[in-house]
Amino acid sequence: MQAITLDVNGAAHELLVEPRRTLLDALRASLQLTGTKKVCDMGDCGACTVLVDGRAMYACLLLAIDCQGRAITTIEGLGSPDAPDPLQAAFVQADAYQCGYCTPGQIMSLKGLLLDNPAPTDAEILRAVSGNLCRCGAYPNILRAGRRAAELMARTDGTDH
Amino acid sequence: MARITKVERVRRRDGRDRYVVHEDTGAPTWGPDAALAVVGHPHPRVEGYEKVSGRATYASDVRLPGQLYARVLRSPLPHARLRRIDTARAAALPGVYGVLSSTNAPPIRWYETSYLFDRTLRYVGDEVAAVAAETEEIAEDALRLIDVEYEPLPFVVDLAAAPRPDAPKVWESGNRPARPRVRQRGDVDAGFAQADYVVDEVYTTQSALHNCLEPHGCTATWEGDHLTLWDSTQSVFGVRDEVAEALGLPIHHVRVIKQYMGGGFGSKQVAWKHTVIAALLSRQARRPVQLMLDREAENLAAGNRNPTRQRVRLGARRDGSLTAIHAHVEQGVGAYLLGGEGSEVSGPYRSLYRCPNVRTEQVEIYTNTGPAAAFRAPGWVEGAFALESAMDELARGLGLDPLELRRRNYTAEDQEHSKPYSLDGLRHCYERAAEAFGWHSYQRPARRGSKRRGIGLAAHDWAGGGGWPPAYAWVKLNTDGTADVITGTQDIGTGTRTGLAQVAAEALGLPLERVALRLGDTQAGPYAPVSAGSATQATLGPAIEQAAVEARQQLLMAAAPMLDVAPAQLAVRDGAVYVVDAPDRRLKVAEVMERIAPHMIQGAGARGPNRRDRSVQTFGAQLVEVEVDVETGEVTVLRLVACHDCGRIINPTLVESQVVGGIIQGLGYALSEERVVDPASGIVLNANLEEYKVPTVADVPSIVNVPLGLPDLDANPTGAKGIGEPPLVPTAPAIANAVFDAVGVRIRALPLSRASLLEALAAGREAPR
Repeated sequence: MQAITLDVNGAAHELLVEPRRTLLDALRASLQLTGTKKVCDMGDCGACTVLVDGRAMYACLLLAIDCQGRAITTIEGLGSPDAPDPLQAAFVQADAYQCGYCTPGQIMSLKGLLLDNPAPTDAEILRAVSGNLCRCGAYPNILRAGRRAAELMARTDGTDH
Repeated sequence: MARITKVERVRRRDGRDRYVVHEDTGAPTWGPDAALAVVGHPHPRVEGYEKVSGRATYASDVRLPGQLYARVLRSPLPHARLRRIDTARAAALPGVYGVLSSTNAPPIRWYETSYLFDRTLRYVGDEVAAVAAETEEIAEDALRLIDVEYEPLPFVVDLAAAPRPDAPKVWESGNRPARPRVRQRGDVDAGFAQADYVVDEVYTTQSALHNCLEPHGCTATWEGDHLTLWDSTQSVFGVRDEVAEALGLPIHHVRVIKQYMGGGFGSKQVAWKHTVIAALLSRQARRPVQLMLDREAENLAAGNRNPTRQRVRLGARRDGSLTAIHAHVEQGVGAYLLGGEGSEVSGPYRSLYRCPNVRTEQVEIYTNTGPAAAFRAPGWVEGAFALESAMDELARGLGLDPLELRRRNYTAEDQEHSKPYSLDGLRHCYERAAEAFGWHSYQRPARRGSKRRGIGLAAHDWAGGGGWPPAYAWVKLNTDGTADVITGTQDIGTGTRTGLAQVAAEALGLPLERVALRLGDTQAGPYAPVSAGSATQATLGPAIEQAAVEARQQLLMAAAPMLDVAPAQLAVRDGAVYVVDAPDRRLKVAEVMERIAPHMIQGAGARGPNRRDRSVQTFGAQLVEVEVDVETGEVTVLRLVACHDCGRIINPTLVESQVVGGIIQGLGYALSEERVVDPASGIVLNANLEEYKVPTVADVPSIVNVPLGLPDLDANPTGAKGIGEPPLVPTAPAIANAVFDAVGVRIRALPLSRASLLEALAAGREAPR
């Protein structure tokens, strides 16, 4: 076991993990942050996508011990019930899910895109979620939600500055 | 009010009596053109924020103090006897708290005559042992420390090989679990004698894997001899009863909870071994145990769509009218009959078209592969591919437009049961879809290099969607004018919470946000059946409406003296009780409830029987344009138009999501999805999400859903039917027919892979047009 500190959603968490523990298992089992989902555990489906230093990454392909000193953001770190993230609001409005199991990963992939590129093209939105499977087939609405969120953010920026 | 009106004694074939309970069914309350306040409007899902915030708790997300994680050791061989199993080293590993195998597990009967942990293993993935440990990693280490000696037995994995007399036997009794199921009406030989044209072809469909993103799994914990299970299931009551029976517990000692589920598609409609294994490990370890299948196990041992081989003969007169239909169906059930697979592949042959002479034979065949389970419109998806491909071949042979051929064989009657459909929806689906697609005015674009365009269509019926009794619901009106609706159904991701809350809100006269739907807990709500057969909205909706109407009547009684009128002069809408003739005289529901507090108002509802003189079915048609590259064999679906009859549309947003999602699953079934089993080893070669190809966001064409929205008032009092399964049914044959239209070769095997298309193009040359 190894003592590590992970910076998750702006807070430092000290935990004991085996070196082989993935970031995904550290989040879900050690820290009980179960919003990030485990589906394939081998980098095929995107359900475990989180932000690492602002970039969307598969948590199942990262070791927890390698993530010290990096800023990790999970779905739990986005928005609040009173002020949801524009992506969260857009997903609800666009019905961009059915069962909801892939949803945190889809949202985090798009979050990574919008942080890097606030005004993406349709092709860029599609590429951002092309590594996120949705077995319910909500894809067209997921793309719609991505567009709507980008618009919402552009509008908010306009009024804030 | 929920009450029993009649109990009927029915003599069964085995001589024993069965009692059929009839409960009240209300009359339709909303006419076809009723101006409704909540029903019919596109409300976002009520649980939306839970899903986008990661707070929705799925079975996989339960975290209890001291919780252990379990893993299952599975057979590496497709057929073997356990000679010896030694779990001592695994049990001794630090962090391991429970081990189960055939040496110490109670002899619980499971599939057919086998046991929970059987000494004979019949497919790669069959359960051998299970371990509970502090972490998943330690549980996996422990599995590697279990010593097993297998005696390999001869095996067969191929559907075509298994029926041969010299084939290895999956069971000692052979590879056929039952006699063929034969259904017949009229005289098919006479029918073929009248035919001017006969299609006689063999079609095959693959085994597809559900691949629900949330794997099957369960979290189990005991308090004394009371067991609580958080199970990823489509049927909390089904799991409760099956687990109670397996463990010898009274059913009120078993509580099953399912608040959110990451997909089921039919594969979670029965109790599976893992749930009982989790309960046993938890009892052994005296700690909560979570057992979620990993992705490989999910692909091996959690169900699949049965592969089929279908020989189809259609006979028709020159004008296209069908004189005879004959289908011989072989379907692979895997190594075990699961119960609940319900795959009636021969179903659509007997119902979709008017034909006096029909014979179907359906043969189930064992192979040494994972057990098949219901998969979204089980049977119909496979049957529709063959039937609708054959109808297209018939149209080509007769020189008729494929849509015109279907119109000429239209039936508004359920011919198997000799009664009319509650709504002849298919006729409307044909017209609306053809119009939206531009079927009759389609101009084929000129060839572009190696690219060829074509169009195709397919229709479907489906025996699901109509709902059935029994099912129950309660309504509580609270002192602040909000309402709780309580029922034992479950939301499997389809939007049940929202659709049913809309029905309740409409009947109570409350805005949607003042109604909360409580479901998914056997201890909290009254019985509701499995969420399957596209039935939940049509099964629960009427029960909920009835409960709400009963509550509403009492609300109006309470309000009458407050407004100085008789209850009959009052109505309620948008959260206010008002005098019908003087709408300005009104009181908010909250004010009425506050004035009678702490009294509350409650209502109870039951789902009554369907009409005996009507057959309730769902229908649809899909039209598609494809582009085929004759050099690479690639099929690109360019656009797809769908029109489906689901009666009254309770929530257009949710219906559209179901239609689009079903079609996308249909694209995968048509073009890319196939479980591949190595015949030499019995191993599934693509038991993962990399090599098993489910559609991605980049594979989705333009999909247009044409809402039909005709209330089916002969189906049930709400007029709504289900839409969960139907959109998947006609997609694959529509694409196959369009491919033929484009390149003139017929692919009679799913999936339509590039390899099979290139092979067919090479062998059959590209037909001139």
